[in-house]
Amino acid sequence: MSAKESIGIRSFRFLTGALLIIWLVLPLIPLAIWSFAHGWFFPNLLPAKWSMRAWEYTFSDTAGVIDSLWLTIGISLAATVLSILIGVPAGRALGMYKFRGKEFVELLILAPIIVPGIAVVLGIHSVFISMGLNNTVTGVILVHLIPTLPYMILVMSGIFANYDPAFESQARSLGASPVKTFWYVTLPAIMPGIIVGGLFAFLVSWSQYILTLLIGGGRVVTLPLLLFNFATSGRNDITGAIGMIYILPGIFILLLTARHLSGRSGAVGGFGQI
Amino acid sequence: MTHVSIQSLTKVYPGATEPSLDRLSLEIESGELTALLGPSGCGKTTTMKMIAGLLEPTSGDVTFDGRSVLNDKPEHRGVVMVFQNYLLFPYMSVADNVGFGLKMRKVDKAEIDRRVTAILEQVKLPDLGKRKPSELSGGQQQRVALARALIVQPDVLLLDEPLSNLDAHLRFEMRDLIRSLQQEMGITTIFVTHDQEEAVVLADKVALILDGRMKQYDTPDAFYKRPIDESTARFFGGQNFIQGYAENGIFESSLGKLELPDHSANGKGTLTFRPENIRIATDYSQPNTVDATLTDRLYLGTQTRLKLTLGNHNIEAICNPIDVEGLTPGQNILVTIPADVVWLLTS
Repeated sequence: MSAKESIGIRSFRFLTGALLIIWLVLPLIPLAIWSFAHGWFFPNLLPAKWSMRAWEYTFSDTAGVIDSLWLTIGISLAATVLSILIGVPAGRALGMYKFRGKEFVELLILAPIIVPGIAVVLGIHSVFISMGLNNTVTGVILVHLIPTLPYMILVMSGIFANYDPAFESQARSLGASPVKTFWYVTLPAIMPGIIVGGLFAFLVSWSQYILTLLIGGGRVVTLPLLLFNFATSGRNDITGAIGMIYILPGIFILLLTARHLSGRSGAVGGFGQI
Repeated sequence: MTHVSIQSLTKVYPGATEPSLDRLSLEIESGELTALLGPSGCGKTTTMKMIAGLLEPTSGDVTFDGRSVLNDKPEHRGVVMVFQNYLLFPYMSVADNVGFGLKMRKVDKAEIDRRVTAILEQVKLPDLGKRKPSELSGGQQQRVALARALIVQPDVLLLDEPLSNLDAHLRFEMRDLIRSLQQEMGITTIFVTHDQEEAVVLADKVALILDGRMKQYDTPDAFYKRPIDESTARFFGGQNFIQGYAENGIFESSLGKLELPDHSANGKGTLTFRPENIRIATDYSQPNTVDATLTDRLYLGTQTRLKLTLGNHNIEAICNPIDVEGLTPGQNILVTIPADVVWLLTS
């Protein structure tokens, strides 16, 4: 490789990187400014007056933001754990075994990504009413599984497609019980997939609006619902403050998993199927 | 020391019409090193997995010292299997890999460390404990896999193609290591291989399995001297087969009368002899000397292979290169097939 070429490639890489950051960060700047603004009107480039009142309100007891934050974290964590518990065995079956009707099962798992959630949720709503699950946190957690599971299963099936089950036989032969075999041999091998799939599941659940609104019936107020309430009522300063809190997990997870998401990792191999 | 008995062991995989293993019976004496030999797909790995408890037999039994082990889970069977591709756990250090079996048996940490160090010394890999398996060569990985199996002092050790992934010079080193450790620890050992040479150099006894059935179970030399049938002889490199009729120690065929070593067999049969036991003769003074035409020769350095026509039979001979210098293809020569090296196959 000539030095000239490598400089070309390097500057191209720098340019795309810079564009990507601008693309992702620019829309957030007004949000951040709004959260500290005391009124911000048209011809002004910056707010005329600054204040902390949006943040003070956000962290006050009356706003309910903190309660909502904990509720959202709880729901997303529960949906993530359930996704892992279902997604690991399902991904193993799809990644490792051939069976009749496998294509159909794969299509069914992908369906929630293709079919709009609102179309599905209306049917589920009536089922949940008959089961007493509507307007409950449990119902919301369960309905979040519809969009989270496909990601989890796809990631895990990609992991298991490159997994040699003979390692498990070897562990058994060396004296490990099935539980210990899973703990010491299978789990370390599939951990990258569980981490990436789990974080995806968490973020997908974190950003649900329609499903939460319909199944929760307005009684399960997660952060996106609260955010939407303030946004539609014209309180841009509070919307900005809550919005800043709302995007934190996304940024945190992106920084945490950038290494796993490079495309070279087997953990994202399953996405080739989308 | 464990006596292993395999009784009519059969495996039919779901959906298959033919059994992968058909009524295999085998008695393996305590402390013996036995080879299951056969071409790939003959059912030998299936047999290993059934002994290890990793696969359930369709019928038959496996007993250790007279006790059936079929209901024992693999982790409680006292058997350790070493796979062909070693399967070292990639997330663990060499020492953690080797100590895995002891950890599963809840041996305390200090004791594990002590025994890991000792066994790594025995397989001649001291000081490699902290490395990751991916940093080792193939030969080193195999020795780690062997150490990992031996450290739990299994009653029965199973090895899947233990020498096949190694270079020629490593093979002999590994063979000596396996044999010396196995003798020292007195572990009844069974290994599978598709390579007759591997079976012969390593095993006390060899079981030849062809098409899911056992052909012959014998000491390695018996397969050269006394093969049970033509396919067995061919598997061990036998090329020379002459059909004819045996009576009173004389074998009559299109080559004329040949002497047999004894009078025991009568009737139709096939005479076979090893290529390396044929001698070039200068006259008819020795019995069993016949005319031959040299059709081709192949110089292999330490030996020369001759292709010969004896009447209407194509025969192969392996000679010392010095003895056959100057012989050219097309030449008529005399060969002696000594009576004490021929073997009669009767059907």
